[in-house]
Amino acid sequence: MQMPGVIAPASGAPAMNHLDPVRHVRGESQYIDDVPVQQGTLHAVVFESPLAHGRLRAIHVADALNAAGVIRILTAADIPGENQIGGIVPDEPLLAEGHVHFRGQPVALVLAETEHQAQAALHLIRVDIDPLPIITDPRVAAAQGELIVPPRTFRIGDSGAAWSQCAHIFEGEAETGGQEHLYIETQGAYAFPTEMGGVRIISSTQGPTAVQRHTAHVLGIGMHQIEVDVTRLGGGFGGKEDQATPWGALAALGAFVARRPVKLVLDRMADMRMTGKRHPYSSDFRIGLDANLRILAYEATFYQNAGAAADLSPAVLERTLFHATNTYFIPNVTATAYSCRTNLPPNTAFRGFGGPQGMFVVEAAIVRAAEALGVAASEIQRRNLLRENDLFPYRQPAEMCNAGLAWDTAEQVYDLPKLRAEVAAFNQQNEQCKKGLSVMPICFGISFTKTAMNQARALVHIYTDGTVGVSTGAVEMGQGVNTKIAQVAAQTLGISPNRVKVESTNTTRVANTSPSAASATADLNGKATQLACEALRERLLRHACTEYTLHYEGLDIRNEQVLSAGQPADTTWEKLVSSAYWQRVSLTENAHYATPDIHFDPVTNQGYPFAYHVYGTAYTTVTLDCLRGTYTFDAVRIVHDFGESMNPAIDQGQIEGGAVQGIGWMTMEELLYNDEGRLLSNSLNSYKIPDLYSVPQRLDVHFLETPGHPRAVLRSKAVGEPPLMYGIGAYFAVREAIRAFRPAHQPTFSAPITPEKVLLNLYPALAPTATSAVVVSNTAVA
Amino acid sequence: MLHFYLNNQRIRTDQPAGSTLLDFVRYHQHLKGTKIGCREGDCGACTVLVGELQPDNTVQYQSMTSCLTPLGNAHGKHIVTVEGINAAAGTLTPVQQAIVQEGGSQCGFCTVGFVMSLTGHSLSTQPATSQTGLAAIDGNICRCTGYKSLERATEALTQQLAGRDTEQPLSWLAERQFVPAYFQQIPAQLQALRAEQESQPATNGHSTEAAQVLGGGTDLLVQRPEHLREVPVQLVYDRPGLRGIRQQADGRVVFGAATTAENLRASPLMQALFPHLPDYMKLISSTPIRNMGTVAGNFINASPIGDLTIFFLALNASVTVGVPGKGSRDILLSDLYSGYKTLTKAANEQVLEIHFAAPQAGDCFNFEKVSKRTHLDIASVNSAVWLRVADGFVREARISAGGVGPIPLYLARTSASLVGQEITPETVAAATAIAQSEISPISDVRGSVDYKRLLLRQLLFAHFLRLFPERLTFRELV
Repeated sequence: MQMPGVIAPASGAPAMNHLDPVRHVRGESQYIDDVPVQQGTLHAVVFESPLAHGRLRAIHVADALNAAGVIRILTAADIPGENQIGGIVPDEPLLAEGHVHFRGQPVALVLAETEHQAQAALHLIRVDIDPLPIITDPRVAAAQGELIVPPRTFRIGDSGAAWSQCAHIFEGEAETGGQEHLYIETQGAYAFPTEMGGVRIISSTQGPTAVQRHTAHVLGIGMHQIEVDVTRLGGGFGGKEDQATPWGALAALGAFVARRPVKLVLDRMADMRMTGKRHPYSSDFRIGLDANLRILAYEATFYQNAGAAADLSPAVLERTLFHATNTYFIPNVTATAYSCRTNLPPNTAFRGFGGPQGMFVVEAAIVRAAEALGVAASEIQRRNLLRENDLFPYRQPAEMCNAGLAWDTAEQVYDLPKLRAEVAAFNQQNEQCKKGLSVMPICFGISFTKTAMNQARALVHIYTDGTVGVSTGAVEMGQGVNTKIAQVAAQTLGISPNRVKVESTNTTRVANTSPSAASATADLNGKATQLACEALRERLLRHACTEYTLHYEGLDIRNEQVLSAGQPADTTWEKLVSSAYWQRVSLTENAHYATPDIHFDPVTNQGYPFAYHVYGTAYTTVTLDCLRGTYTFDAVRIVHDFGESMNPAIDQGQIEGGAVQGIGWMTMEELLYNDEGRLLSNSLNSYKIPDLYSVPQRLDVHFLETPGHPRAVLRSKAVGEPPLMYGIGAYFAVREAIRAFRPAHQPTFSAPITPEKVLLNLYPALAPTATSAVVVSNTAVA
Repeated sequence: MLHFYLNNQRIRTDQPAGSTLLDFVRYHQHLKGTKIGCREGDCGACTVLVGELQPDNTVQYQSMTSCLTPLGNAHGKHIVTVEGINAAAGTLTPVQQAIVQEGGSQCGFCTVGFVMSLTGHSLSTQPATSQTGLAAIDGNICRCTGYKSLERATEALTQQLAGRDTEQPLSWLAERQFVPAYFQQIPAQLQALRAEQESQPATNGHSTEAAQVLGGGTDLLVQRPEHLREVPVQLVYDRPGLRGIRQQADGRVVFGAATTAENLRASPLMQALFPHLPDYMKLISSTPIRNMGTVAGNFINASPIGDLTIFFLALNASVTVGVPGKGSRDILLSDLYSGYKTLTKAANEQVLEIHFAAPQAGDCFNFEKVSKRTHLDIASVNSAVWLRVADGFVREARISAGGVGPIPLYLARTSASLVGQEITPETVAAATAIAQSEISPISDVRGSVDYKRLLLRQLLFAHFLRLFPERLTFRELV
């Protein structure tokens, strides 16, 4: 069997690349819009609310219904079940009813014979809406009591009492903007009515079960009547965790009502207008240090801009609190977070899931302190790194803690003093250009923080010819999870990965799945696959004992050969499988995995929520053109804790891609809404993500040598989200460069640091609008 | 009926000339390898190759975003999608192999665009360097990889292409499976197609009388795709006589309305007149869009921030407009705009030519642009300057600025203020102060009023620092 995707690895570890790209490069991988269109298919487009808040009095569809090709126009009144798709809080109708709460909120669904006809009919729909006041600012929402859920506070020690111990106390504000996911494949679904009165949905979703559950609820039928199938996504990044659901449910509603297949694929601008993004945050911080720069106390208040409905915001909010102290040990912490309801599309999961927003604030606090005290921020960072068994504010100890190891390794591998000297020398010699260097250590907890979600199942079939089909709840979206699952199966069974096919993710084969999210997909589904394959392997070896009269002890399968006490036995994988079938031995196994040991009490906000933590350190160097306010990143140098990477090629790709996505969030990706709640950065020409030329010229990834973690699949740690937070270093590097040019100036902690903000900070005297930080307090307390 | 080759298949279609090549490929030919990412030329997921027969009967391939390519512009050409370069099942082309090996594909949705851009790079007649390799994929956006793996793949390819036979590139490439063998028959097939078509030109949806003029499609197919599908269009992109860049005896440079940004960039005449032209053009859109977008389209779009408009305003360019068969007249580019997105030319007048006085030896020219993302982005502010200087004194000056008013601005008073002045920090500062009184920027998604005012000041300084490093220093100005 030929396998063009396999190359010899540089490191000598598993010889396997990502398996999917072999099809991607030939254009043969199928996404929603590539599914051959079934005869009779209707095309759906969504009519959106033109206002951000108001009382919806009437929807006029008569003209649109008369338009060519239009078959049906569905509104909330056509929903047979409950008009509700809220995941955590039931506060989100599928189609607006009574009120509209954000611009872009789905109001009606047009079904027509062609997409062009459906689009044309959109312009003929009118709505009567009595406008209501619009809130876009989370602090305004909080002041008015517009909260999605009650505020949460994580607390350890007694920060109130600790201030008196501090030699230095600093306060400030920090803001981070939202981020559009910009998966290149837009949201979409294709639904087919089934003969049993249900619906089969091909969906571009990270959460097939969420689509299934909410669709069943909306249609008023059982979940068993809804089948959701996912082959792969053209990018997700969290944007298709909960927010693939409306499009799946709408397509299904159309198919259910019209009894014809319904295809719904959002165009780019509709996707940008209608879907939620990474949560913007506005935060207050207060940090206290002793004379030795040890952080004694930290208080933070986070105002999360949740948008108009809960979506995943409460869980995102919680993760902000989990990561409020990043990779530092702080004995006295009080961190409070408000999930604020505004009239924007409901914001949602995005790689990092609130963690990056929390980490930005503590980094800002440290930098604020360092600038005031005239020391390098890295000095404060280093002195406060987590050590073994230090407690996080949620009382989990840092076990197998690699914070110090990652930090020290980076210093050695990349020679931090030399890098600093180079920057200083450059800045000495150059007037127009200045360099900045930042150090960004990270720590990220792996597991769904809602403990119950940390479960997965795998269904493994061995066919009589020895080939293997694996079904799990994992969704392939570019992260390489299918390759890792194939590796686990092949390695556990002792066979070539060429024999293994990872099937589409389908709710009828593997039910009640958690979404592919929280970086935990490979761990959960990989471990379940491992359990299933171990059971099959044992069953086959037991069969071999009787069939070939061998001793069970010392039996093994390696490279498709059965070994007995290390010597080839008289059977191979293929023969063994075939003979097992004829002896009526089951060749199918369904295994269940639930992460052991983890628990968390959301009332006390204490527990052991994470299977393990991932650590790392990044150095970012930037060159700033102080004439034009533009910048280029010279290098990002990373030391990352992969554990025992099971696939270095895939894992390195996750680090590179994650870091660049984080840099985009911190630099050019500026999400702009006006006061009416209208998205201004509403297309790829006005919302910019990194292109080829804007990424760091050099991006080094050093694999930290550690024994890995037993709760990670094959001791290979989760790798999806953590690298995004290296991108935070980009903000602080640019800030350093600004201060190299204008040392007395203290820019506000406001990301993204666009060329506009840079220039206004380089020349604050020429910019009438204030850009410098309002220093609330800089009091040294005796 | 439109006639062209799609991969190795002869196409005859009566689909409208103003519809998009992307929709034709995906929904009429069911070739689903070409993806839809944004439909505005900003992501490159739909990149295809467009091969055009050259006067020497070779075929030159350019990458284009099929979402903005009018189907009518495919007429007489060879359109290549990924299905047209795939080798037999189980084998990959060297481009595909490099991307797979270097981990340059994750979710895969953008991947085919990269494959096509790099295949186009392989087919280029220019020597392959690291720079040209990266330029080939500068219109392709990837959200997953962070590009480093794609850079590695491009570098690996560049090394392979170093051995490319410059005499017989097609057979060299076909032997190594960069492209299938049928590519070698395409030049003859396009010649035959041309001979066949000379007697019966394309008419479908295309009319030389139609009021709706359509060039490269890079603006109109973003703004009004539904409209263009419905109405007759007058295609000008391939019209004979609207291409070509020449210098007249009086020193004026003249080029046709269908001249693309890439035609300008590649022109030896333009490069000789503007030695930094490749640097300026790198700031303007991307390789595939420069292959499509015309200079006249940039002018007529009337965006207050049009890069080429700003460039040519400083050169005091004129546009020759005319009603077909009814004579023509010249309008100074600085007189073409009467207000936001409104023009002084009549609706039925078309741009025929653009001309400007070539800078003389010793004249100074510079173009500056700052945008949120340096490349493939619309400027926050852009500006160009042309100066004639003698003994450190300005004799003539023309400065333009975009993004700081409702139209692309020629800064008349700023320019005039410099004439007769010695180039010193004081005179430059005085000029930038006058510029502030000539502009009226608004706050929008490209920046706030404060920013745009400050940025224009900085860009004016940048012009003078670039042109007169011996007379001015950064510290003195800022």
